[in-house]
Amino acid sequence: MPNDRYNVKLAHIFEGPMDLLIYLIKKNEVDIYDIPIALITDQYLDYMQWMTSMNIDLAGEFLLMAATLAQIKSRMLLPVHEDDPDEDDPRLEVTRPLIEYLEMKSAADRLMQRNLLGETTFLRAGGLETDVSSPDADIVRIGLFELIDAFQNVLKHMSPEHRVDLTSDGISVKKRIAQLIDIFEERGDLTFSQLIADMTDKPGVITTFLAVLEMAKVNLIQIYQHTQTGIIRIFYK
Amino acid sequence: MTTELKHIIEALLFVTDTPLSIGRLKQIVSSAGTRDIRLAMDNLTCEYENRKGGFYLAQVAGGYQIRTRPEYAKWVKGLIQPNPNRLSKPALETLAIIAYKQPIIRSDIEHVRGVDCGGVLRMLLEKNFIRILGRKEIPGRPLIYATTRKFLEVFDLNDLNDLPSPKEIEQISGSIHAKPLIQEPADAENGHPTGKIAE
Repeated sequence: MPNDRYNVKLAHIFEGPMDLLIYLIKKNEVDIYDIPIALITDQYLDYMQWMTSMNIDLAGEFLLMAATLAQIKSRMLLPVHEDDPDEDDPRLEVTRPLIEYLEMKSAADRLMQRNLLGETTFLRAGGLETDVSSPDADIVRIGLFELIDAFQNVLKHMSPEHRVDLTSDGISVKKRIAQLIDIFEERGDLTFSQLIADMTDKPGVITTFLAVLEMAKVNLIQIYQHTQTGIIRIFYK
Repeated sequence: MTTELKHIIEALLFVTDTPLSIGRLKQIVSSAGTRDIRLAMDNLTCEYENRKGGFYLAQVAGGYQIRTRPEYAKWVKGLIQPNPNRLSKPALETLAIIAYKQPIIRSDIEHVRGVDCGGVLRMLLEKNFIRILGRKEIPGRPLIYATTRKFLEVFDLNDLNDLPSPKEIEQISGSIHAKPLIQEPADAENGHPTGKIAE
């Protein structure tokens, strides 16, 4: 067994501890619901040692899994109380995540087997490379203060008789972001005033403004201002 | 009218580079009703099916789009640039987890995969396969991820219900003893979309 280790394992560089465990389970041809934990733990540790000797940086996740395996191994040695229904098989701690991981792996495979755009099927234009973020040359990037100016302009134009309504339950910033993303996916880019056009009340405008700031922060959108007209245009990435 | 409407819609489908929904078509052809448009779509779909030509009418991301038939992919690939949307195996697995479990935060994704996903998530965001929905109100306020419309378009899905159901996946993973699990990592790079199985 130690002899074939090197030639086999050089062919497989595992992305994480899950891949390694699955490899070991398959190599030993054991049942995933009945893992011989001592055997698998030993081989797992062997492999970690080998990787260290090859100067491969072991990620922390490998150590965490090793600790989990060792803990399960020790719990397996404890006597089991047959009459205790709460006591699960300690191996479930690795079996459950492994099954879930395998499910996701097969889900990924099934996705790959679809008629992929750009792989098996194509559009007349040749793909989705349409680059929306190619604004005209006379548009410059703007900073936070220009955006706040624009915001104050909007507030000024709002009808003064509108009072603060304490009972109404306005839309949250999170919800507004989701709405805006849907709008952007449909339209690609919009001016700032278009965004708040349908917002008649102050909280709605403020929420939209906060949503735009939050979206810019997480790099979802780019904000540009036209040098002459001063119109602020927001591009969705 | 119906023949003319069919031709109008065909012209729009020819020009568009995003899937056209019934609602969008109704905005443009305001005189036509939903039922007429749907009927025209069905007619076009049938026509393209009967003709068995180079393209078909695909139903993706809640709309309709003219796409080339998979049979001719080999030749189309000779004409155009290599696919910019190709994903590595780790990226695809991460995307699958997000697709099935969305909305989802990073630590939950990493819990399933058992490895750090920061780089992969950034790449998926950059390529616009996933989007940020907001932040979860728990300590650290982690970002919440979900898939985008582009994800539906690229993976030929009409909506998220189009994903293979969890039951189907269970059936596959139920037979994992018979099925080899480890895949040759080189395949993803070489770009065989079916992902050949090692051993």
